[in-house]
Amino acid sequence: MAIEVTGLVKTYGETRAVNGVDLTVAEGEVFALLGPNGAGKSTAVEILEGHRTATAGTVRVLGIDPETGGRDYRERIGIVLQETAIEKELSVREAIDIYGALYPRRRPVGELIEIVGLEAKSDARIKTLSGGQRRRLELALGIVGDPELLFLDEPTTGFDPSARRQAWTVIENLAGLGKTILLTTHYMDEAQALSDRVAVIRSGEIVAEGTPETIGGRADAATVISFSLPPGTRPPGLGETLEEGGLYVMTAPEATSTLHRLTSWAVAEGVELGSLRVEKPSLEDIYLELTGEAAGE
Amino acid sequence: MSDHRSARELVWQQIRYQNKIFWRSPISAFFTIVFPLMFLIIFATLFGSEELGDTGVTTAQFYAPALAVFGAVSATYTNLGIGTAISRDEGILKRVRGTPLPPWIYMAGRVGSAIWIAFIAVVLMMGVGVVAYGVNIYAAALPAALLTFVVGVACFAALGLLLAALAPSGEAAPAIANATLLPLAFISDIFVAPSENSPGWSATLGDIFPLKHFAVAFSDAFHPDRVAAAGSSWLDHFHWGDLGVMALWLVGGVILAVRFFTWEPRGGERKRSARKRARVAAGS
Repeated sequence: MAIEVTGLVKTYGETRAVNGVDLTVAEGEVFALLGPNGAGKSTAVEILEGHRTATAGTVRVLGIDPETGGRDYRERIGIVLQETAIEKELSVREAIDIYGALYPRRRPVGELIEIVGLEAKSDARIKTLSGGQRRRLELALGIVGDPELLFLDEPTTGFDPSARRQAWTVIENLAGLGKTILLTTHYMDEAQALSDRVAVIRSGEIVAEGTPETIGGRADAATVISFSLPPGTRPPGLGETLEEGGLYVMTAPEATSTLHRLTSWAVAEGVELGSLRVEKPSLEDIYLELTGEAAGE
Repeated sequence: MSDHRSARELVWQQIRYQNKIFWRSPISAFFTIVFPLMFLIIFATLFGSEELGDTGVTTAQFYAPALAVFGAVSATYTNLGIGTAISRDEGILKRVRGTPLPPWIYMAGRVGSAIWIAFIAVVLMMGVGVVAYGVNIYAAALPAALLTFVVGVACFAALGLLLAALAPSGEAAPAIANATLLPLAFISDIFVAPSENSPGWSATLGDIFPLKHFAVAFSDAFHPDRVAAAGSSWLDHFHWGDLGVMALWLVGGVILAVRFFTWEPRGGERKRSARKRARVAAGS
């Protein structure tokens, strides 16, 4: 196992920021930790990184206790945090060179610049980079020591859609090399696209864990059928049908037969079903349900 | 590639890159190197080659070593303190903590770079003094001047790190640095020559803090009468009392800096989330 955590607790005074978390991540796995701000995910991750000490529980990362692992431990991990900055007076190439020198295994500077797509900016001062470019440089610094395990704390926050796709490709390539990746994110599409397994953390506790496809009973959840009708048409009485902003929504445990009856009715009545969609609840729906967040962040 | 760099190599690398950052930050380079030189030129131009007050020396002979000390203290106390506090709040220190670089090597890099810049500031100041204004240099007193420099910059580097440790935020650090250093410079024989007319309390107050001891011990190594009076051996020129006071501040500074130093950004959750929002806004 790359990460083994049992009974992890972190308290700040009266507050239990992390309240009994158990977690295992296999080698080569991409694991996403999801949860609202203040749920404890950053605290948990920072304990794994060795930035904070646990109040209780055991933590083993790559077989090492991060609290006492010191230099040997940090040579084997890469960290991309939300709150860290890079000396803005340096150029992209200089920063990668300087940080790379701290690791015994170093990836070539040119290769890293290419991986994160900063070729055109390699000699530019960091202060001239956009927010997304800086974040990609941070990603490069996270992997400059060729880590076995990479921590990514909201790696694409602030990226535009194309930069996000590029970053995803980088992360997928790393995963392809067999690196273990622990990711935190607010974006459900990101968790869906990148991770093998996800866990949802709420108020310091893990409330659900599984693959993106099955977490929170997603695989067994009822299918949702939605459609619109021409003005003046009443929906068929085929079970409970809610109306939301001109769309009719049916929750169908047996989707095949419900859909068949619905379309048969529509054909017989000569009614066109506009915007017809048949879908499982999205990872985001499950996430919002689990975290009790109607509005998200 | 797979090899560990030695601690010595890493320290040199850190010093080199801290130097690079310094020279690429025009404001700190200006205040540390150019600003004290401007003072020398202004004072020497205003007061000419007359003897300055009760000092027994010319304006340039008094101000060149005094302002050299001021430059050295700007490099170590002001720059090191402010720079470290800002790096902490930007999260650079936290990033470094997540790498295999031993914390002491990072700090050695910052301190080593500050001392190197202090050395350049002093050599430039004395060089301009000698070449342009005929400031005296005495070979026998140079070892004493050098030791005074070493103890002085070590002391003020420790106090600079203490400043960083105590500053509630990077934004507050420049105000704290200037509010402590500038008034002190006026009662420490740096901006104002000592005079029989100045009140006793200001001399006493100046004696408590290390700046005056740095300035006096360093300046005396270039003072014609005092060099002559001290003796002919190079050993006669050391100001052990002044060095002792600076050494005490050095030890105290180190102990307190180690006690209060943190690598985590400060400013609380509110400020951090504001930074994050700013980043989201900048990226989208």
